[in-house]
Amino acid sequence: MAIRIVNPGLSTTVQDLGRPGYYNIGIPLSGGMDRFALRVANMLVGNDENAAVLEAVFLGPEIEFTSDAIVAVTGAELPPKVDGKVQPTWTSFPIKKGQVLSFDYLKKGARAYIAVAGGIDVPVVLGSRSTYTLGALGGLEGRKLQKGDGLGVLKLGKPAKSGATVPAMLRRLPSENVELRTLPGLYWHRITEQSGRNFFEDSWKVAPEADRIGYRFRGGRPLEFVPRKQPFGAGSDPSNIVDACYPYGSVQVPGGTEPIVLHRDAVSGGGYMMVGTVISADMDLIGQLQPHTPTKFVKVDLATAIKARRDRLSLLDRVRATLA
Amino acid sequence: MKEARYSFGGDEHIFVEVDEEMSLEAFFKGLSMTNAVRESRFKGVSEICPANASMQIKFDPDQISPEDMLKELKKLETSAAKSESILKTRIIEIPVYYNDPWTRETLMRFRERHQDPKSTDIEYAARINNLASIDEFVKAHSGSPWFVSMVGFVAGLPFLYQMVDRSRQIEVPKYLRPRTDTPKLTVGHGGCFGCIYSVRGAGGYQMFGITPMPIYDPNQKISYLRDFMCLFKPGDIVKWRPIGREAYDAAAADVEAGRFTPRMHNVTFSLDEFHKDIDAYNRKLEGVLYGN
Repeated sequence: MAIRIVNPGLSTTVQDLGRPGYYNIGIPLSGGMDRFALRVANMLVGNDENAAVLEAVFLGPEIEFTSDAIVAVTGAELPPKVDGKVQPTWTSFPIKKGQVLSFDYLKKGARAYIAVAGGIDVPVVLGSRSTYTLGALGGLEGRKLQKGDGLGVLKLGKPAKSGATVPAMLRRLPSENVELRTLPGLYWHRITEQSGRNFFEDSWKVAPEADRIGYRFRGGRPLEFVPRKQPFGAGSDPSNIVDACYPYGSVQVPGGTEPIVLHRDAVSGGGYMMVGTVISADMDLIGQLQPHTPTKFVKVDLATAIKARRDRLSLLDRVRATLA
Repeated sequence: MKEARYSFGGDEHIFVEVDEEMSLEAFFKGLSMTNAVRESRFKGVSEICPANASMQIKFDPDQISPEDMLKELKKLETSAAKSESILKTRIIEIPVYYNDPWTRETLMRFRERHQDPKSTDIEYAARINNLASIDEFVKAHSGSPWFVSMVGFVAGLPFLYQMVDRSRQIEVPKYLRPRTDTPKLTVGHGGCFGCIYSVRGAGGYQMFGITPMPIYDPNQKISYLRDFMCLFKPGDIVKWRPIGREAYDAAAADVEAGRFTPRMHNVTFSLDEFHKDIDAYNRKLEGVLYGN
């Protein structure tokens, strides 16, 4: 054992880059909601980018270290403290055996990634250490961390260095007014043209029901559906479809009222129509949104989505080059 | 069957709607397409998901462009449409305690979210499907086998399609607003689909009963889930067996003690043969299950 949870915070889970390949039987990818921040946290302490870290939402945990370690915290602006002394974010720092890592109040964003040199050691389940709480799978006993939990840390091949840091211009955090670029599609044809325009014109706010499964939004006008006789098996509500797969990032609108964007712990399918999909480049951003954040969905085409994806990859490459 | 409808789900998914409405023909075409994608071993494809009347893949657009991926899928559709609808699969018996106290307790807590707050889910479903009593409903529900036409929503949850003429299929709306709680192993129903909730959690399907037989075990301790944690695959066939409280308790104790062995048998399913005489074909399937 190398760390002990003194206080787990609101919801702290073990996550890596996820568990691909089992979505066809309802086991989602899981993994860090902000994958960029998770990768960078690992790079800062010399880990493989896919090493397991702790993802803490809104409130930081309190962790006692039972051996010396190098740690880095990225993602949300949740200032780390070692025995009460504030440490920089996006920067690696040392912790001595017996010292306690705690956190100041959240300044910005929603989810912080706490990487420990070597990586958190929990069993690999179906190829990943990520926690999928709904299925009680992975992580530590398939659940969020609790007071008194002990976690091992793997040995790092090469010595980790403290003081590695990512320049401010290469960090990413949400702005005051968030735009989620969205490719219309899937069941977009089920709503009227006017309703489609409204969806992208309206201002939405993140609802309190926002978690690793999905983010719900409120405040825009309800959808208007193109009238039809419901197909056999779909159910009677105009927002119902014959239960189908849900893409990650897909925007479903049950009852036509409140859009839900599915995230890393997505339900893999169901019977609600979807108007489109948030592009892959903006998925990390969703993981950093607090409830009530004003948000707009911005209509983009596929070429824009691919270009945005390339930009994200090149940002990651610049971080890699900086820390190499 | 008409041509499928394709749509990009962002830059990482392609969604293929084989048909707007549910049918076993649409399921088989979707399944053939997913098999063809799997066999083609496209670089960058990480998820291949069959669904009731649709399918979806997730791919890495850095390895194959979305346009090329779409072209490849459309090529596969042509051959999938021609492939035979024959499946080597299993028939599995699932004991069900209908109208049980646990789903009843849960449904009473969520009455204000239901179409008919004065009835229970099973009473309501019986009435709107023109069945005279709960007994009649159980008879209709458990009288013929069901086809697993999709696995998902949450880990290992089967969507089940009743293997009878469309006119005899049980249909119910989903709850007006989803519940925040559903007991683990609840047998539910929404639209034309049955399901078994593999884990406790939110749900919008009507609740008819509960099975003592686990279908998902992330710890892989249960004997028949040691090889893989989820029991069901698309194409499996299910036969419900109504049981009472005593049999439920006995089965639950057997599961707890590691003695429970589900009744299941390998079987070949042919869609053409099934359609020739549905009732006779179902009797044949049950004959395989019960060894007569």
